[in-house]
Amino acid sequence: MSAKSSEQNHLIIASAPHLHCHRTTTSVMGNVLIALMPIIVAVAFIYGCRVLLSIAVASVTALLAEYLIQKAMKRKQTIQDLSCIVTAVILVLNLPLDFPFWQLIIGTIFAIVVVKAAFGGLGQNFANPAVTTRIILVSAFASSFAKNTEPLARALRLSNSMLDSGTGIALDSSSGATVLVFIKSGFDPNELRTLRDLLLGIQRTTAIGETCAIAILIGGLYLLFKKIIKWHIPITYIGTVAVLSFLYGGFDMQFMLYHLLSGGLLFGAFFMATDYATSPLTNKGKIVFGIGLGILTSVIRFWSNLPEGVSFSILTMNVLTPHIDRFTKEKPFGTELKEQG
Amino acid sequence: MKTKLSKELAGPVKINRGGVRLNHQKINTLPEKVAILSPNKVRIPLQMHLGAECKPTVKVREQVKVGQLIADSEELISSPIHASISGIVKSIQIADENNSGSGTTIIEIESDGKMTPYENLTVPQINSKEDFLREVRKSGLVGLGGAGFPTSVKLTIDDVKVDTLIANGAECEPYIAVDDYKMRFYQEDILDAMLATMKWIGISHGIIAIEDNKMEAANLLLEKINHEPQKYADINIVIMNSVYPKGAEKLVIYNATGRTVPRGKLPKDIGCIVMNTTSLAELGKYLRTGMPLVDKLVTVDGSAVSNPQNVNVPIGSLISDLLTFVGLKDRPDLVMMGGPMMGIALSSLENPVVKQNNAIIAMLKNEFQLTNESACIRCAKCVDVCPMRLQPTNLVRAIKKNQIDKAKDDGLLNCIGCGSCDYICPAKIPLAQYLLLGKSKLGNNSSI
Repeated sequence: MSAKSSEQNHLIIASAPHLHCHRTTTSVMGNVLIALMPIIVAVAFIYGCRVLLSIAVASVTALLAEYLIQKAMKRKQTIQDLSCIVTAVILVLNLPLDFPFWQLIIGTIFAIVVVKAAFGGLGQNFANPAVTTRIILVSAFASSFAKNTEPLARALRLSNSMLDSGTGIALDSSSGATVLVFIKSGFDPNELRTLRDLLLGIQRTTAIGETCAIAILIGGLYLLFKKIIKWHIPITYIGTVAVLSFLYGGFDMQFMLYHLLSGGLLFGAFFMATDYATSPLTNKGKIVFGIGLGILTSVIRFWSNLPEGVSFSILTMNVLTPHIDRFTKEKPFGTELKEQG
Repeated sequence: MKTKLSKELAGPVKINRGGVRLNHQKINTLPEKVAILSPNKVRIPLQMHLGAECKPTVKVREQVKVGQLIADSEELISSPIHASISGIVKSIQIADENNSGSGTTIIEIESDGKMTPYENLTVPQINSKEDFLREVRKSGLVGLGGAGFPTSVKLTIDDVKVDTLIANGAECEPYIAVDDYKMRFYQEDILDAMLATMKWIGISHGIIAIEDNKMEAANLLLEKINHEPQKYADINIVIMNSVYPKGAEKLVIYNATGRTVPRGKLPKDIGCIVMNTTSLAELGKYLRTGMPLVDKLVTVDGSAVSNPQNVNVPIGSLISDLLTFVGLKDRPDLVMMGGPMMGIALSSLENPVVKQNNAIIAMLKNEFQLTNESACIRCAKCVDVCPMRLQPTNLVRAIKKNQIDKAKDDGLLNCIGCGSCDYICPAKIPLAQYLLLGKSKLGNNSSI
């Protein structure tokens, strides 16, 4: 709002409206960080405190990177809006627990400088920084992701003999949800951890943010309750995966629940697919986006070589967002004459 | 879609998406609490309405009385102006300070303190449509909801068939409680004005549209209607949920009748005439007494006002006099004519109160925020709240790049300027201001 004081009365001249809601960009980002808290706490509780160290490293790197790139590009400083911290935290939660710090620093700088700043900064990037960076890091440092499959096996309490006999389980698989690896390999889900373990987060996953379904749901509900996000993307995304996995699994409820609770689906649906800059504007567009995500994720999970497809689905739909926005634009009120009476 | 009408109050109609829920902060004035401002001078601008400026019909030093004609125009779109106090015409000169732009002539009258009514006023005798329209023009009535469009011009509808008269009692802006007051204490004036308009203009139905935060007014009106069911058989009440900007003409029509006003068309093109309830109350009073529009009920409120209240103000009273009269807690930092969502910020408190003024809001610094614009985060809140189903963020992006034609294709001209997008924006982008800029550029560049 531009304003100037008129000389005689010191009255401020501003254009209407003269009232504004109290929500700011900083408070939006702050609320996302609050929503991430249950997940961080759960991860710290299950895996130990290294996650906090990773978050600290990534956050400091993100702040510095954002500050320096904005200075270099002569843009207005906006580090106080907390958006780079959100990116940093979500990135950390997308990586394995003992991900090397130097690789984390490279990834964070990539997210802030290449994915975000190079496309115009906050709100202008076409792809989700955390998702894109995760995919890049998976390709660049595959071994850092593969390492995690060992504790996974332990967590699943599969006998060593089973692992030794080499049942063809793709333990060096480069991405994602490890329970899904087993489902895919034709294991009876009953031999895996129970659904309760998935909910509480006793399963081991590659990306630590995916660990505890309950913590993710608490954070997601907080975002919905605070009206930071709307239900359209998470519900249609999760719903589509539910329907498709129910059909694919031959109407097996348990198979479906494994697909919903394991892997990056919940975390992706609530925290990454709902990213403002990279998702459609209208409710209709958000529904199309969510269904598209669900189909892509299911197709990747059921038929591709990858065990998990959340990040690839999100990246693909990010790229399609401008097109979805175009064909889901609403007709302005009063454009067409409606029938009377 | 047609809203169900009955002689009982149904649940609120909620058929338009968008809008914002605001803290209404409305006062609830009782009749004995309405103060009357008696200024020692008034400065009456000769262009308060939309249309042609009036020419003075009095001379300097002439004695005038309340209700006496002091300015009129030959032009079709205009409205006569009457003396609001009795006294002596002090000066007639061009001034640059009123809300209708600079260069308007102002008649200054010095009060004799007596408020003597003009003796030649008579109760109108109406026998035909022509009589009615002439009397409406003589009353000096303009759209009192804020638009200021001459009522007699609005009611001149020979070219189309109008079947519904809508009395707009939505009053969706925070603070303003003028329509509410008129609906609670002047039901007969409102209903009789509706009946007269319907009778002489040839309109079969009347609908009073009220937001559900004014149920007392709605119930009192309903009681009056049910008291004389024969007389008021063609008038119904529609309750709407209170979401800003329900009172916008196009939204009131949509909520009350289910009809959509196409872009570039007028309500009458789809068979509706919308009149503000205060306009109707003033019309009713004129038909009853013959006293033209000389004073206006104004809500004076805001964080700088120590005793918020409705005040009956002679038109042309200085806003400084009005604010002194109600009392200020502290020197206000922002004073506006109209409500906080669409009101015009004043640069000087020496501006006069005009006909279509319904509120003077004086705010202290802590009530409004002057914030810096930051980057759009595409949260889509503006898309969610736009009652016209536009995408303000994309329109503003086009306007900033000077792609006015693109903005026009995306519906810029559908924007009603309600400011909901601006209110909700977390990045504090002055969307309403940009949209206004875009519309003004369109006005200059091409035909609409």
